[in-house]
Amino acid sequence: MTTTTVEISTAARPRTRGRAGGALLRFVAGRIAGLLATLIIASAVVFGALYVAPGSALTYLTHGRTMTPEAVAGLKAQYHLDEPLWQQYLRWLGGVVHGDFGTSIIYHQSVGSLLSSRIMATVLVIVMAAAVVLMLGLLVGVYAGLRPGWLSRSAMALATAAMAVPAFVGAVVLIAVFAVDLGWFPVYGSGSGGLDRIHHTVLPAVALAIASVAFVARLTQAAIRAELGADHVQTAISRGLPRGVVVRRHVLRNAAMPVLTVAGLTIAGLLAGSVVVEQVFQLGGLGQFLVGSVQQKDFPVVQAICLLYVAAFIVLNTVIDVVYTLLDPRVSLGRKDS
Amino acid sequence: MSTTITGAATAVRPTARTRRTRRTGSIGPSGWVSIAILGVVVACALLAPLLAPHSPTDVDLMSASQGPGAAHLLGTDASGRDLLSRLLYGSRTALVGPFLVVLVSSVLGTLLALAAVWFGGWFDQLVVRAIDAVFAFPGLLLAILATALFGSGLEAAVVALAIAYVPYIARIVRSAALRERTLPYIAALRVQGMRGIRITLRHILPNVSGLIVANATLAFGFALMDLAGLSFIGLGVQPPTADWGAMVGTGMSGVLQRHPEEALFAGVLIILTVAAVNVLGDRLNERWEARS
Repeated sequence: MTTTTVEISTAARPRTRGRAGGALLRFVAGRIAGLLATLIIASAVVFGALYVAPGSALTYLTHGRTMTPEAVAGLKAQYHLDEPLWQQYLRWLGGVVHGDFGTSIIYHQSVGSLLSSRIMATVLVIVMAAAVVLMLGLLVGVYAGLRPGWLSRSAMALATAAMAVPAFVGAVVLIAVFAVDLGWFPVYGSGSGGLDRIHHTVLPAVALAIASVAFVARLTQAAIRAELGADHVQTAISRGLPRGVVVRRHVLRNAAMPVLTVAGLTIAGLLAGSVVVEQVFQLGGLGQFLVGSVQQKDFPVVQAICLLYVAAFIVLNTVIDVVYTLLDPRVSLGRKDS
Repeated sequence: MSTTITGAATAVRPTARTRRTRRTGSIGPSGWVSIAILGVVVACALLAPLLAPHSPTDVDLMSASQGPGAAHLLGTDASGRDLLSRLLYGSRTALVGPFLVVLVSSVLGTLLALAAVWFGGWFDQLVVRAIDAVFAFPGLLLAILATALFGSGLEAAVVALAIAYVPYIARIVRSAALRERTLPYIAALRVQGMRGIRITLRHILPNVSGLIVANATLAFGFALMDLAGLSFIGLGVQPPTADWGAMVGTGMSGVLQRHPEEALFAGVLIILTVAAVNVLGDRLNERWEARS
């Protein structure tokens, strides 16, 4: 069944070009349906995880203390622990859809308000890191791919080493050099006001970006090298097309396919990495709050933050998938046949 | 005219390089250097009790935060524990955790992928959907969730990461096995009446095994970084056990007081080990691509 996919897609190509709009719409609708399905599974995992853990949900709520039967009954009523699991899940999911993530066990505040005051710090560090990854990674990768030489070779060797730098190790080195020694940036904290916040987020963003910059640079370089050696590029060159045209039309556009997908995945991967980086720099974002809540067993908060991260990760991946298809019509046709 | 020539020349070079690797099938000098580095790390982990000059957990507050010296070759940490001994013992948790993660995720991922490819149809679709669902969880996040539920420590984190890494291996093996399945020799074996499980295990699996080993190697590096990060934020390996990630964490106070030895040494060892693993994985990947 799968073997015929390739042949069909190439044969059907000129014909389907005309109704590409409908196919594309169907593809996007399918992707959104898949997105919702994955989100529901993910939310069930995040919610259900609490119930497969050793000890009942009640022991987490009481922190192992012995309480009066009335207090226990009150807790049970407050968190609806007497209902069957699926009913609790639906209640929780219904609340989440309306922006109600429940009440923190530790802070006795609504989780939503606790998160909303912290989310900007996390978004800022991820956006800044993503900007660094895309700009620096693509720049270095494209240069190294198109201009082989000692400079490109050393850049790629450096990238190989940088790929092995975990964000927290990079963070410690950056703090030692730029915060303690040179004093250019603050060591801890998130700062107040627009520019001060950005100033506080520079080192965290760079630390978070290091390994991904290296990864994207290497990937881009490899993709461009592979395209340069491809038969159709060789044909274009031998036909006497100007190198600029060949590079733009055949090399970069084809190389963009794998690079875009994996670079997007890498940026989505920054989400998880930001948890550790926030902890180093005490940025006061969601990640730091997550680690604190894990240590204090504040489950409503842990569930809410995990769900947010997973949702962001899934949405990002879907967006990348759709954009990838917009750039490469062959993908949607291939999928449609299978 | 000149652009044509340079374009052709740059295009020919990688082809020539691929041909050379294809003939020798070797992992090259950088691959062997990586193996040597990893060999030293493994030896340190195995021989830590013999090599370590002191106990890794003995607290001696009288000689806390010393620089490198005669009594303590690399100095001591804030509790006066010998840094060299802690670094040597730290290689144990640094290797065991990722090894278990990679072992479990590779076996599970490979079995899932091969079964999906051979049976195809709805089973294949089910596996692909399941893989996508697990892929929605970043490994580190799943590990944090697991430590929240089962308590901080290496065990919960290793299990969570092993599950989170299954899709990574399964996806790669599935696409390689799909390609392998369309080859004429598989059709020939089927015509001869060989059973699916035998074809899969005796022919498809050996032919994609190079790819599995290469990607398991790369996954080892990611697992090492994830687990070290988890220990760094205090959710992984618990004190007083020596661990590189945790040492970077406890060394933070030293960094602020301008004696960053503890964090620096531990960090460098993490980077060196991960870099060696990554380079080895890349070479193995290249070798596999050159052979197929």
